[in-house]
Amino acid sequence: MKHLLVGAIALIAMAGAASAEQMKMAVTTSFHNSGLAEVLLPEIQKDLDLEVQLLVVGTGQALKLGRAGDVDAILVHSRSSEEAFVAEGFAPHRREIMYNDFVLIGPEADPAGIAQAERATDALRQISDANAPFVSRGDDSGTHKKEMSLWMAAEVAPSGDWYREVGAGMGASLNTAAGMGAYILSDRASWLNFANKADEVLLFAGDPVLFNQYAYLPVNQDKHPHVQAALAAKLEEWLTSDRAKELINGYRLADQQLFTFNAK
Amino acid sequence: MGELWEGLAQAVRLLITFDSDLVEITLRSLAVTCTAVVIASAIALPLGAILAMRRFKYRRLTIAILNALMGLPPVVVGLIVYVIFSRSGPLGVLGLLFTPTVMVIAQVIIIVPLIASITQQALRELWSDYRDLLISLNTTIPQRLGTLLWDGRRALLTASLAGFGRAIGEVGAIMIVGGNIDNHTRVLTTAIALETGKGEFAMALGLGFILIALAIAVNIAIHTLSHTEQEGRW
Repeated sequence: MKHLLVGAIALIAMAGAASAEQMKMAVTTSFHNSGLAEVLLPEIQKDLDLEVQLLVVGTGQALKLGRAGDVDAILVHSRSSEEAFVAEGFAPHRREIMYNDFVLIGPEADPAGIAQAERATDALRQISDANAPFVSRGDDSGTHKKEMSLWMAAEVAPSGDWYREVGAGMGASLNTAAGMGAYILSDRASWLNFANKADEVLLFAGDPVLFNQYAYLPVNQDKHPHVQAALAAKLEEWLTSDRAKELINGYRLADQQLFTFNAK
Repeated sequence: MGELWEGLAQAVRLLITFDSDLVEITLRSLAVTCTAVVIASAIALPLGAILAMRRFKYRRLTIAILNALMGLPPVVVGLIVYVIFSRSGPLGVLGLLFTPTVMVIAQVIIIVPLIASITQQALRELWSDYRDLLISLNTTIPQRLGTLLWDGRRALLTASLAGFGRAIGEVGAIMIVGGNIDNHTRVLTTAIALETGKGEFAMALGLGFILIALAIAVNIAIHTLSHTEQEGRW
């Protein structure tokens, strides 16, 4: 028992004192679930000798962590919230890194017939007209914000028995949708990497409004003097480098390119 | 049903290959929870004993609150600890958020009421047996406390193990305050939540079975080491 305890305490102490430099970055669940993080982080560690500790949360919570100064940088995908974040002075700037796209997932039988829809807004209107079950993230994440803006554009107020807000991350929401054979909006990367697809298939994609831009925001040192601005700047430089470009564009899953690098 | 078998197979595979990630998160789970149980026991056992021994004005209210706090939702504890240790919170300067230390703090808060409550109930009977003797021997309060805790050690072991059980399986609080950071604050329960989110049910179930096995192993180990629950020693 004593040995166990000593070992336990040693382990805790060890966890706090790794050799490389460390910084914390809040990222969206969609970025992490895509699997890209597992490709980029070891390379960052190798190239910069920098251990990036990821906090995987929704965009809303990521911005909140940045506001409180609990992380050194954030990587999210909700342009209007990001611009508000910069305007309030919590980040010195916003740097676009890469994009992918959102897709509409639904049961193979496709009761609302969205596979033939012309535009994303038409597809949503058909789902609402058919009262077909639709799972919404409902967690103030980037994907949820995108979904709300699409409903707005479709001029549909989503409510009723068919519209189910689950208030969970991308993976948990996909699990729910798979369980009830519902439609759901997902980013392409999370969908391709998702293992429990059940009867769900990708039904609609390609409309330009489904574009999904990821941006990097270092937390402003003027607001929170303790943030590791130098490390955050180093990471930003790496994320916008040719090395990152090669890795991001080269990340493939099921023979599809998931992300497209577009940092300037 | 098929997924359950896949989960079991996954658990066996992880154990046989001695997966290094698995060893790491399992050790971290044990480290965090054992530390929390030791600290919580150091607080809660004397607290429970005092509540069993002493009569004071708000005793009944204190015990009622303690019992109610046994059901404290971990996610609320997590949120409160997060707000306190956030960089914008009162203890933010310590920089403890998203470290194993703050996970221990959250778990201590969750299990102290549980351990103290069970201790108080277990020692109440013992105290009614010992009361007259200990008082007539003119013992000091610390001596009485020591006697009660020592003679009631079997029951107190159960109290601490109940605390261990609650802490090792807890996910709501440590997810918020620890952040589930790979190689840093990821433990078994948060890893299970993560794998479920990825739709990797077999992996999640495999980790779940390992968690259950770990809890059983710790309980057996403690009983063996302390020579309790053995034949001929009721």
